[in-house]
Amino acid sequence: MSIVRNIAAIAKGMSITFGEMLQPTTVENYPDGPGPLRGAKFEQRFRGAHVLQRDENGLEKCVACFLCAAACPSNCIYIEADENTAEKRISSSERYAKVYNIDYNRCIFCGYCVEACPTDAITHGHGFELATLNATNLIQRKEDMLVPVTALTAK
Amino acid sequence: MTIWWFVLWSILKVLVVTVVLLTAVAYTVLLERKVVGRIQNRWGPSRVGPFGLLQPLVDGAKLFLKEDIVPTSVYKPLYLLAPVLALGCALISIAVVPFGNPEVAPQGFRIFQISDVNIGLLVVLGITSIGVYGIALAGWSSNNKYSLMGSLRSSAQLISYELALGLSLVGVVMLAGSLNLRVIVESQAAHGLLSWNIFGGFQFVAFFIYLMAAYAETNRAPFDLPEAESELTAGYHTEYSSMKFATFFMAEYANMITVSCVATLMFFGGWTSPLGNLIGPFQNQIINAILPIFWFVLKVFFFLFLYIWVRGTLPRFRYDQLMNFGWRYLLPLAILNIVGTSLWLALKQ
Repeated sequence: MSIVRNIAAIAKGMSITFGEMLQPTTVENYPDGPGPLRGAKFEQRFRGAHVLQRDENGLEKCVACFLCAAACPSNCIYIEADENTAEKRISSSERYAKVYNIDYNRCIFCGYCVEACPTDAITHGHGFELATLNATNLIQRKEDMLVPVTALTAK
Repeated sequence: MTIWWFVLWSILKVLVVTVVLLTAVAYTVLLERKVVGRIQNRWGPSRVGPFGLLQPLVDGAKLFLKEDIVPTSVYKPLYLLAPVLALGCALISIAVVPFGNPEVAPQGFRIFQISDVNIGLLVVLGITSIGVYGIALAGWSSNNKYSLMGSLRSSAQLISYELALGLSLVGVVMLAGSLNLRVIVESQAAHGLLSWNIFGGFQFVAFFIYLMAAYAETNRAPFDLPEAESELTAGYHTEYSSMKFATFFMAEYANMITVSCVATLMFFGGWTSPLGNLIGPFQNQIINAILPIFWFVLKVFFFLFLYIWVRGTLPRFRYDQLMNFGWRYLLPLAILNIVGTSLWLALKQ
């Protein structure tokens, strides 16, 4: 009887694979999909390219404390700090980051910088299309990562 | 004068069949990737051309342009001979397969069969057996333990399953009384579906034995132990790269097509219509010539699809299971089938 059972098992397996053939695909149809993301879907926790946040007054949250650069295991964050003055106020605290570069050649997306930040200035966005043919393009400056002011006023 | 016409026609037929076969090989690879993708709820290749239809061309170009590495410790003459042997044997065996109605013969030259050999079946079996040397020599000359294991497995497996393969076809040969593939097909042509050997000839046991043995002969899943990626890192073609690897790849798929052709001819009535004479001969001679080819291609396509479907379903056999299955089940069953068929033929007379 084991032969009959085996044949039945094979037939069942074949019918399952044939049924799956007619089911819709479960994978994302990324570059051909609809919408601005072209079919890509994200979980909320996805750690993509970094975004530098602003506070409710439109000032940068980053106060150039260097904790992110200290926490970074691959040493890819480069910051130059400068003092805020009454005429030129960039962040709400004493200092601000004049230069804030992340070298995506080195970044491993571990999220330690986000954890270390005392002001929640640096966060992980959902950006993922970082590929480039020229490695120098992978060094992102502060201006590339900052949330634009228009995005705040739109809310 | 006629001899030159004959040579010209033959060269033309060889060219057309080779080109069609190699194109079919390329697109079988695409079909496999697509169907296996669908089985696993993926898309399969979709980037090159509409639905990825140009993927085989791009793959071919890629394999041509890849760096051709010959490892220093290989035994070069046999290392170079092995892929030629594998692909050569795979392509030669298609020469005796009749694709369409042999009555379509302008000026006495049959245009749907390269050569009408009266021992056609033996030629196919013999040449596919020689193809084993390609795999065995490839593994041995590579000087690599994985390759050697792969080729050893392949030799043992092919010898074991060739017996069951040959014996499973004996019943059909007895029914037709000939080894000529054209005669075997014509013996199944009387009542369409009902007179095919699998149904009318009561050869369905033989058919399943043939199918399983043929899967083992062509090293396809679930009998793909000679190349078992997960155990042997591609087995006999571990050391082959670039176009030499592609040659083995093409040989495997060409063998699949040959096996599908033989299954069609032996058990599924070759080019004959499943409806028999219900849709009888048409007035238009062109339709009469094209329709048998359509049926033949449809049946071969079904078998290729079955190959892929089985590959997407069944896991690989363990080696002792493979040997047990071949010697203790398939071979006795094939012999029983011969005994049964001969008894039936004797009682019928």
